[in-house]
Amino acid sequence: MITILETSALNTVQDLGRPGYRNLGVGTSGVMDTLALRVGNILLGNPVDDACIELQTYPFVLRFDAPASLAVTGIDAAIEIDGRTMLPWMVETVSAGQVLRVGPPRSGARGYICIAGGIEVPVVLGSRSTQLRGGFGGLDGRPLEAGDTLKTTGATLDVSGYGALPPATVLDAVSREDDAKVISLRAMPATDYELFTPESRQRLWDTPWRITPQSNRVGYRLSGAPLELHHRVELRSYGVIAGIVQVPPAGEPIVQLADANTVGGYPRIATVIEADLWRLAQARIGTRIRFHECSFAEGVAAMRPVDAYLDDLRMMVARYRTSARCRAGIKSGDKA
Amino acid sequence: MKNDVARDTRAAPTISMIGTRAMLFEAPGDFTMAHQRRIWALMDAAQARPDVCELIPGVTNLMLIFAAPPGSPQAVADWLRHAWDTLPERHIEGRLFEIGVRYGGELGNDLAAVAAHAGLPPEEVIAIHHGSEYTVCAIGSAPGFGYLHGLDPRIATPRKTVPSLNMLAGTVTIGGMQAGISALTGPNGWNSIGYTDINLFDPDRQPPALFAIGDRIRFYPESIAL
Repeated sequence: MITILETSALNTVQDLGRPGYRNLGVGTSGVMDTLALRVGNILLGNPVDDACIELQTYPFVLRFDAPASLAVTGIDAAIEIDGRTMLPWMVETVSAGQVLRVGPPRSGARGYICIAGGIEVPVVLGSRSTQLRGGFGGLDGRPLEAGDTLKTTGATLDVSGYGALPPATVLDAVSREDDAKVISLRAMPATDYELFTPESRQRLWDTPWRITPQSNRVGYRLSGAPLELHHRVELRSYGVIAGIVQVPPAGEPIVQLADANTVGGYPRIATVIEADLWRLAQARIGTRIRFHECSFAEGVAAMRPVDAYLDDLRMMVARYRTSARCRAGIKSGDKA
Repeated sequence: MKNDVARDTRAAPTISMIGTRAMLFEAPGDFTMAHQRRIWALMDAAQARPDVCELIPGVTNLMLIFAAPPGSPQAVADWLRHAWDTLPERHIEGRLFEIGVRYGGELGNDLAAVAAHAGLPPEEVIAIHHGSEYTVCAIGSAPGFGYLHGLDPRIATPRKTVPSLNMLAGTVTIGGMQAGISALTGPNGWNSIGYTDINLFDPDRQPPALFAIGDRIRFYPESIAL
């Protein structure tokens, strides 16, 4: 078991999401940065869909009431166990009573506390993710509060002290900006692209859009010179997925994300490709993003380095754990 | 195939990729039940495709979500176009719900605005609203929310420019040509004309959503406050 000692708004239990219920109006939820959770679960030998704690506000402090192996992924931050520094993207094992503190990120926005064996909350409609709008999933369908307890298995790994290279250092962005603070994202033109004026279409790609404070797990509202349609259109409600870029009447785009409604009605100008969604999840309010036009084929190809990164990590973890066990004379299957 | 596969004139559907793993099919023409029934037929056929992992029916449109990016989006688009042209309408014999509404008052306080827009007295708006039978076309936006077809055009009212910040779940609403009952308490841009005590979604219930596509709804006045 773990006990939350200190938290502020909007930190929740999430897994890879709740697909399959959008036809009932239930959005997928799930972690914003699926890559960070995948890395955490691979490092810990967890099933791919084990749940974690997604951090959006800091500091976050919890106490382990039972031994645990853990990794904090997604961000670089001051992370401490009983005041001793712990590196992000690394597996550590703690004993009962130890306290984990995650400070504000030095880079990235969303941190993931992954624990060997996962976080045990009830599976609702196939997932442990918190559905904030519907008020179910996760811990009673709500954000975590100080004093909350979460069930863990209490099992630890026999080997720890290894980690992953953060995706940002391995996976190249599509383009390097002169201003390192501008984040490059690839996007495919979507259904209503041609309904925008030629100047607006060009502006979509040229503008360094700023992420406004009205941005959260539902979507990011961007600020920049408004985009204009040739004529105003009234669309019928259609399905929405994470990454879709809609343009409300005021002309400033919204990128829909993990907690988006399942259907929407604003014109769709583009879709951020799946391979770059984790970059958006880790982009902080106030930073700027630039969209780079990409084709379907380029969007598909962009997943290859991501998949290769995860495959390499799986192999590295397996090799490291085998050789560490050999050195320590641990028989496979023993627990520390 | 371009990302925008076909935005043609009247008769042709519009098919477009939304990212690499979703494809949107939009029927040409008006929001009619005949078109919606063809969307349901298309949904049924697409369900059988092994590459499809999730379907989101919308209002005269259908989104297909694939387990992996399709090898040839053009081939899927051709399949959809052919299915659309050849499949018969799918008639769903839905259940009939009779729902009592407390019209007007605090929880239906856009009734006056709807009446003003329609140029009719509020009593007439209420009579027209419960004089029609509605069909659940699609479920979406919020858990369990049904988009209802069947609103009399005389009381169709555009969405509000300033949404209500905290509209109660159960509010009976009009949004353009669509009618509905709000499923969650929260911000809402549709016009509220009444309230009903009904729980549209319970994750512990099987099925969790009260309504299913094809269900029919009749409203009756439980009370009227002008």
